[in-house]
Amino acid sequence: MVLQKDQPPPGWSFCLFEVVSVASMPPALSGRDRVAKTVVRTVNFLARLSSRGSGTVIGGSVGLVLAPSLLTNLARSRDVILVSGTNGKTTTSAMIAAGWGGVVATNNTGSNMPAGHVAALVASSSSSVVLEVDEGWLAEVARATRPRVVALLNLSRDQLDRANEVRHIAERWRDVLGEMRETTVVANANDPLVVYAAEVAEHVAWCDVPTPWTSDAISCPRCTKPLHFDNATWWSDCGFCKPRELVTSMRDGLVVRGTPLDLDLALPGSFNEANAAMALTALSCVAVDLSKALHRINALSSVAGRFSVRRWQGQTLRLLLAKNPSGFSAMLATIPNDGADVWVSINARVADGRDPSWLYDVPFELLRGHRVYCFGDRKLDLATRLDYANVDFVVANERSMPTPSVDSIAVLANYTAFQEWRTRTVEC
Amino acid sequence: MLKVALLYPELLGTYGDGGNALVLAERARRRGLEAEVINVGINDEIPDASLYLLGGGEDGPQRLSAELLRASSFASRVRDGSYVVAICAGLQILGASFAVEGDDEFEGLGLVDVTTRRGETRSVGELVVRVGERTIMGFENHGGRTTLGAGVTPLGTVERGRGNDGSLDGYLTSTIWASYAHGPLMAMNPWFADEVLSRVIARELEPLESVADQLYEERLATLAR
Repeated sequence: MVLQKDQPPPGWSFCLFEVVSVASMPPALSGRDRVAKTVVRTVNFLARLSSRGSGTVIGGSVGLVLAPSLLTNLARSRDVILVSGTNGKTTTSAMIAAGWGGVVATNNTGSNMPAGHVAALVASSSSSVVLEVDEGWLAEVARATRPRVVALLNLSRDQLDRANEVRHIAERWRDVLGEMRETTVVANANDPLVVYAAEVAEHVAWCDVPTPWTSDAISCPRCTKPLHFDNATWWSDCGFCKPRELVTSMRDGLVVRGTPLDLDLALPGSFNEANAAMALTALSCVAVDLSKALHRINALSSVAGRFSVRRWQGQTLRLLLAKNPSGFSAMLATIPNDGADVWVSINARVADGRDPSWLYDVPFELLRGHRVYCFGDRKLDLATRLDYANVDFVVANERSMPTPSVDSIAVLANYTAFQEWRTRTVEC
Repeated sequence: MLKVALLYPELLGTYGDGGNALVLAERARRRGLEAEVINVGINDEIPDASLYLLGGGEDGPQRLSAELLRASSFASRVRDGSYVVAICAGLQILGASFAVEGDDEFEGLGLVDVTTRRGETRSVGELVVRVGERTIMGFENHGGRTTLGAGVTPLGTVERGRGNDGSLDGYLTSTIWASYAHGPLMAMNPWFADEVLSRVIARELEPLESVADQLYEERLATLAR
């Protein structure tokens, strides 16, 4: 059983079942692990019952304190796929889980650090495991779970106040991937920082997927000299360059390991096509039938509330999550040029990154011709950015909203702002 | 015509500092002046400009920027009196030396008598600096500890955060403004943007009301609490 963020807590009978089922756990778990596992379930259950959070992190944290090797032991003998990168982790993980078919253990609540991974592995004993991993935690989680596959989507600036230099993250990825002799790394060949991290791995499936944002890889990760980008390839004077042996290509329709696949996603945006290509490549490494997987991925229409259509105060809203310059640029490109009102909501809390200066790296000029309503804790920062971009803006107030100009408003929000709009709205 | 040259935004644009160019140019335009932002790429010559902007970046890009600038006409332009706004890595590059990955004393351009060593901790958070009778605010994110040589004037005194060393932030010469504050600095502090602009175009500026003033007042109220 995998609990979704908004799912109601299970009944008492489920809790009783959990305690009883300790006796039948896999032998790989020590007595200490079993106690820890039960504690994870019980604490999460109580957390959900008391409505304190989504009830996946707190139990996992307690479990890790009781048994630090819990994650290793829970992952043993399972087929684990890890997904990391700056943008697209949650969507790509959901695509892998959907494409795999059957029951898949996954942390689809967005809790992408070890406590969330423990909670996901406790919640389901399925042999198929997909875990979304925070970029900064990939090394630890990979060492603990010995994954079959690690999918690396992209690496760009995000939450610089917390993970301050993307190059340090690439170095840490490189260190751990060099150690993983059994793992296949599914890596974006168009992101120089990802290539730098993955090139040392024993097995790599390079994916030639569209990657419009390369502003964080202007200098060579190997020699720091300028990188050259030209005609769908890139290279450095030191010899570091785009890998030539490509397993997956999207140049002429999607082709994975020589098999053409007809992508027809219900999810919007060309970035989601790249995510789907990476997901299918990951699934090809664990011998999943790609045509069946493709069918299931095509049908996916909303991921953890992202891209979902919701109701609020009689209005229909399309919620779009965008957390950083590259994600925001990709999301702005999906807004039709129809002059309709657009709502943007920006916070700068710990989970968002406390420095909103990245707003100046987002091409908000694309919204000229629309009227933009500014929401969130940092709506004045956003309004100032829009003002300097000569975009028509309104500093909005959630409590007294004007009637919008269209039936369905696009709401772009960064992380905690997005969660607020999820809570504020209801399903259509 | 105001020409604002943004130097190597691909290398020194990690923390949104490119916004400083946009803000200065736009505030000039709204006073009826012609203004242009020139993005100077790593393969470009340093162009003639009214003002040069340097932003913050990561270690590798900072080192590359220093090397590119050393090989260019930039230093002689600054010695000849060109105006410069330098933030974070930019502040360090103009000095005598700075610490980057793998090198504790990488040679800077030596335009100002300041040195930057690696601090014991990284400083990440709000930065509030008293500049004369007024305040500038921004967000700092750096591992440097900068020491000003005798006779170098700081930009201001730190009221919150670290800046150079916990008590002073940045430096000020007759043509250079340097600070650790991202934000971007000119967006967060409209009065400071106008002070820089006024000096560069050598004329008084009439007041310009905008939502940036509300942002400034709101941040001041939040951070002064």
